[in-house]
Amino acid sequence: MTTTAAPATYWQPDGECMDREELAQLQLERLQSTLSRVARNVPFYRTRFDEIGFDPDDLRSVDDLRRLPLTEKRHLIDAYPYGLLAVPLREVVRLHGTGGSGSNAIVMGYTRNDIKTWSNLTARTLVAGGVTKDDVVQITFDYGLLTGAFGVHFGAERLGASVIPSSSGNSKRQIKIMQDYKTTALVATPSYALHLAETMGAMGVNPNALSLRRVLVGGEPWSSETRRRIQAELAVTATDNYAVSELMGPGVAAECLERQGLHVNEDHFLVEVLDPRTLEPVPPGGRGELVITTLTKEAFPIVRFRTRDLTSLDFAPCPCGRTSVRVRGIEARTDDMLIVKGVNIFPSQIEAVLREIDGETAPRHQLVIERRHALDDATVLVEVSQSVFFDEVRLQAEFRETVKRRLAAELGVTLEVKLVQKTTMDDVAAKGRVVDLRRA
Amino acid sequence: MLTIRNLDVAYGAVTVLRRVSLHVNAGQIVALVGANGAGKTTLLKAITGLVRPRGGDVLLDGRSILRAGTERTVALGCSLVPEGRQVFGDMTVRENLLLGAHVQLRRGRRDEVREDLARLFAMFPVLERRERQLAGTLSGGEQQMLAMGRALMARPALLMLDEPSMGLAPLVVKDVFDAIVRISRAGSTVLLVEQNARAALKVAHRGYVLETGRIVLQGTSEELLANQDMQRAYLGRDPGAEMERRPS
Repeated sequence: MTTTAAPATYWQPDGECMDREELAQLQLERLQSTLSRVARNVPFYRTRFDEIGFDPDDLRSVDDLRRLPLTEKRHLIDAYPYGLLAVPLREVVRLHGTGGSGSNAIVMGYTRNDIKTWSNLTARTLVAGGVTKDDVVQITFDYGLLTGAFGVHFGAERLGASVIPSSSGNSKRQIKIMQDYKTTALVATPSYALHLAETMGAMGVNPNALSLRRVLVGGEPWSSETRRRIQAELAVTATDNYAVSELMGPGVAAECLERQGLHVNEDHFLVEVLDPRTLEPVPPGGRGELVITTLTKEAFPIVRFRTRDLTSLDFAPCPCGRTSVRVRGIEARTDDMLIVKGVNIFPSQIEAVLREIDGETAPRHQLVIERRHALDDATVLVEVSQSVFFDEVRLQAEFRETVKRRLAAELGVTLEVKLVQKTTMDDVAAKGRVVDLRRA
Repeated sequence: MLTIRNLDVAYGAVTVLRRVSLHVNAGQIVALVGANGAGKTTLLKAITGLVRPRGGDVLLDGRSILRAGTERTVALGCSLVPEGRQVFGDMTVRENLLLGAHVQLRRGRRDEVREDLARLFAMFPVLERRERQLAGTLSGGEQQMLAMGRALMARPALLMLDEPSMGLAPLVVKDVFDAIVRISRAGSTVLLVEQNARAALKVAHRGYVLETGRIVLQGTSEELLANQDMQRAYLGRDPGAEMERRPS
């Protein structure tokens, strides 16, 4: 991939390129006032602080935050709808939600200041991805309770771009709008961006003839292969951004045109990376679960929120000039984490290894874990084509060994590998990618 | 430029400042607002070494000045314009200003002082007009400008102003705050301590709200002016009540 020489432009250079020492002071000040405020205004936090005998006045350094309990998604659900608001409802000017009205619904409130901050942070996201006030931005996220569409929308307006709230669905109409309105920047989930590319193909639309030059993706994890395809098939630069609805929505972290990790808006969010098992900090740069504390939210501040997203932090300076730490792309979620023979493994790691070996897409596969004589016994079933299966026994054995070796290198634990035919896979695939029989 | 971290100050058993953290960036005006008795003046005294904090640190350009002592703090570039102006009434405006330049004069830098004076008069034409007048005959607003001018003659890196609007008529307050903006534009960094929150935040880049010795709010001036707690407590507005009063 050739790196586009990016003009160094920022939306809020004071915040994005802040001297690290000044940032540390600012984070401390903001953390101190956030904790004082939640202790005063939110019974949930007051009770939890009291339980461990923590007085917010005692927080003297950012590291003291580690003494505080983590906030889990279920705490937010329990507080439905307004239990965690830190301001009276009349000061809230916007409400978003996740999980609809189901049993896992969460309501997030925003004050006028929160909306302004949010708009600035999504404007940062857009500018980092190469969008300017002269762009025509088509937003294909769903305009509804979820945070994505409105979050990016307000940022794009603040930036001064021309915003098309085309919302989700109706791909042919989206493409027509893209052609007629001369859309230059598309905001979409990666899978929807690919779907639009495919639909264009079916419609006989030539992507090179469009005005489109930037795609900002969000809403779901994507592989470097997906990025490559979006960039190639739509003839654009595609950048990633990281949203956490509970904390704000989009605007938490975003890629710059270097496309080497996502810059965290550290003047508004304090990030920690914890080992998901011990909940202790990982060594600098180590992989673990991302835990985030809001530093400026007025209506809905959250202390040490477990995102369940697994990543690592990159403290190396970025050529773009932003001084913020970068999170590497979110690869997996702790919800998917399995412990096999005492080692944390993720189904996505297995998929990544198979994809590397086999080319563009990973073959169908399934991880089966059993317990034999109190020991974990894990086998990966990998589908191979008819020809490989019958023709070349030696080739088959070699392939099996390669997969086994590469998996062991990636996971740090040896799994059995079994090659199966399509028909066998058809039979077992319905059980999902992971079959854990240890609990049975 | 100025960084205060976890500052605790107590007079005997009475805690006056509790874990105060704030910072002032070079070239900015930072407002510290709060009611009478919130601890604002104590904070200035701690910065200038007039009271010894119980804990925490005060850094000027990254170096602790906590144990520097008042004289050294001034020599390092922190100038304080105290509350109530305190100009020398039976001295002329010019004499008052030259007092501010005594360090420079002692070092024999007469030319520099002359230049500083010319620059100052360009910034405060009223002081030039009253150059030979006794300071005691100036109006309150003029005295405030003289006090600020005197502090500027020491070429401070950081100018701290304690309640510059106190006791001044609203129109004069505006003059004084306009002067503060001019001082800032001329390159000085300003820590502005004020009860008049609205006036202070209108000229400041950022602000902190001190309440019974604690920083309870901080942010850009724009954020603070829009903050509803701030409006209720310090800006004389209750947006919620206003909404309810509004006929439907």
